Amino acid sequence: MKKLLNVSSSPHARSNVLTQNLMFDVAIAMVPAAVYGVYQFGLKALCILLVTMAGSVLSEYVYESLMGKPITVMDGSALVTGMILGLNMPPEIPLWIPFLGSIFAIIVVKQIYGGLGQNFMNPALAARCFLLISFANQMSAFKLDGASGATPLSVLKNGGRVDVAAMFVGKIPGTIGEVSVIALLIGAAYLLYKKVISIRIPAAYIITLAVFVFIFGEHDLGYAMAHICGGGLIFGAFFMATDYVTSPITPNGRIAFGVLLGILTGLFRLFGGSAEGVSYAIIIGNLMVPLIEKVTLPAAFGKEGKKA
Amino acid sequence: MGLATFKGGIHPYEGKELSENQPIEVLMPKGELVYPVSQHIGAPAKPLVKKGDQVLVGQKIAEAGGFVSSHVICSVSGTVKAVEPRRMANGSMVNSIIVENDGEYRTIEGMGADRELSALSKEDILGMVKEAGIVGLGGAGFPTHVKLAPKDPAKIDYVIVNGAECEPYLTSDYRLMLEEPEKIIGGLKVILKLFDNAKGVIGIENNKPEAIAKMTELVKNEPNIEVCPLKTKYPQGGERTLIYAVTGRKVNSSMLPADVGCIVDNVDTVLSVYMAVCKSTPLLRKIITVTGDAIANPKNFNVRLGTCYQELIDAAGGFKTEPEKVISGGPMMGQALFDLTIPVSKTSSALTCLSKDQVAEMEPTACIRCGRCVSVCPEFLVPQKLMKAAKRHDIDMFQKLNGMECVECGSCSWGCPARLQLTQAFKEMRVAVRASARKA
Repeated sequence: MKKLLNVSSSPHARSNVLTQNLMFDVAIAMVPAAVYGVYQFGLKALCILLVTMAGSVLSEYVYESLMGKPITVMDGSALVTGMILGLNMPPEIPLWIPFLGSIFAIIVVKQIYGGLGQNFMNPALAARCFLLISFANQMSAFKLDGASGATPLSVLKNGGRVDVAAMFVGKIPGTIGEVSVIALLIGAAYLLYKKVISIRIPAAYIITLAVFVFIFGEHDLGYAMAHICGGGLIFGAFFMATDYVTSPITPNGRIAFGVLLGILTGLFRLFGGSAEGVSYAIIIGNLMVPLIEKVTLPAAFGKEGKKA
Repeated sequence: MGLATFKGGIHPYEGKELSENQPIEVLMPKGELVYPVSQHIGAPAKPLVKKGDQVLVGQKIAEAGGFVSSHVICSVSGTVKAVEPRRMANGSMVNSIIVENDGEYRTIEGMGADRELSALSKEDILGMVKEAGIVGLGGAGFPTHVKLAPKDPAKIDYVIVNGAECEPYLTSDYRLMLEEPEKIIGGLKVILKLFDNAKGVIGIENNKPEAIAKMTELVKNEPNIEVCPLKTKYPQGGERTLIYAVTGRKVNSSMLPADVGCIVDNVDTVLSVYMAVCKSTPLLRKIITVTGDAIANPKNFNVRLGTCYQELIDAAGGFKTEPEKVISGGPMMGQALFDLTIPVSKTSSALTCLSKDQVAEMEPTACIRCGRCVSVCPEFLVPQKLMKAAKRHDIDMFQKLNGMECVECGSCSWGCPARLQLTQAFKEMRVAVRASARKA
């Protein structure tokens, strides 16, 4: 009998976008922020990043091996989680803390819930919050040029003044990856250009927060700008709130999600005990995603205004 | 400039450069020809001939089997060899009339005679279209005489000629628009005669500038006909997307285009209407693009219905590399063939021969909820949620999420970074939903 040709259901063509390409694009987009962080905070910062990246990939590999599951470290998602976690670390932290965070992010937050695509919270952020609660002192000790310093948002909260231009460049104390707005925006532009993320979530988030602090904080544009440039908002809006797995899939849901994050962040920053609020806002927002999707399901083409 | 288009859609590799500059070649069949009685949507036709009968070109060999059905017309002269089931491109075995070609092409009386359009009534035109066995030649195969007779013809204000040809690799409609544009416009005028309040619009994607230029030139003195350039985007030539692009009106699965005042016909269908009405020639042939990276000489053929696909491959120089996949149609919506002993039918449009089968190589991974399927869906569905319902075989949820609005265009599967077989799952679910509706 002669050889039969392949048969499968249409379509028979595929785009060249693969999960791992997307993950590596996200990783590439974080490189400018990482480079700036290492430049500003020194080799210790590089060690922290390497520890979280290696810790995350290793945790995924070990867990999947032990559980007899297919090994998925090559999809790049663990690497991205590690990178985000590392960029969220203060530059002086003892290395075992970020390592513990990596294990928590991958095993507790991601793998136990079923691995890639199944976790309901952003693993890196959930791990950061876990570390913030567990090691409050180490996690909030910030230094710049060898001297301890308060982050711009703490200064603002205590009624002080901040230099927005320094915040834009990154000459401020903070976590490794959150300080330089310009480096983050370069990465964000790359993600938008490559269509890895859509502008909906970050735009809705940033605009909402700006309006919120303008109304409920000081009625001053410089003050609002400081809130946008500080506290990892840019990092959170473009790199963490846009995490595919834990953000809404519907177009309008993405806007609603961004608005929700803006309000929550504003509430935490202005009325909460801490000066910061991005991480908590995003993981609480993550919990609302199923509900947001449910109410923002798009109407099918030609069925607008009709009940399904 | 805002080109007419729709929201969503994708830009797959077009592959049209392989065959777009190849003029249509007439290919005469050898040996036997196979005429399945079901080449259209609706009831199968009833055979009118039996083994041993002599048949002529243009002879009706099977008669429409119901209101929504179509005649089958013999495209050669010769002897009926058998009436037996044969395999079609979609994989099913269909009762078919097999004719041994005598190579003489003797025609029935009166075939090819000129007819004056102004002397014909609307009923005459519809009758001629029906007798010619014309169905939607873009691929759906809906009987054209039924489509051209909506409940209220006075409410039709657009007759849209579909020259989008958005399916990758296909160039048959493009070649027709370049080589026989007068007949397409002639066919459109015939159809417009049926609808007193309608104007004609010829929609062409802007990756075919020569076709747009040629058609625009030919209709510049026609007050009632215009050319509408469309943005090149798949699935621009889908019926619902095309209607939206041209008129801004929306059709869903429970409506017909006529409900929003539109009639949509493919360029080849319109041309066939012209041939049937003005030239007394029934539907005898199809324009088939034989293309793909595995074919030696990609070409466009004018070929008699019933010709074996293998003859087309041979006429295009055969395979230059061993193909892994041969598709009847294009890569987005075509049907993969495991064997080439398949006849050219009214809905055939191309043979796309690929040396590499992308689908066989890929390994589906976990959904990462990236939302690409949502942003490309021309029906504004959420394929990610439909897929969840499909995995659980949850028929109620699938319908609630408007799964029956899916047009099976394949855009979601094309763009999925996890390589999930979304479209395939939806096709299965849609069959299951229809089956459960029949049971109830």
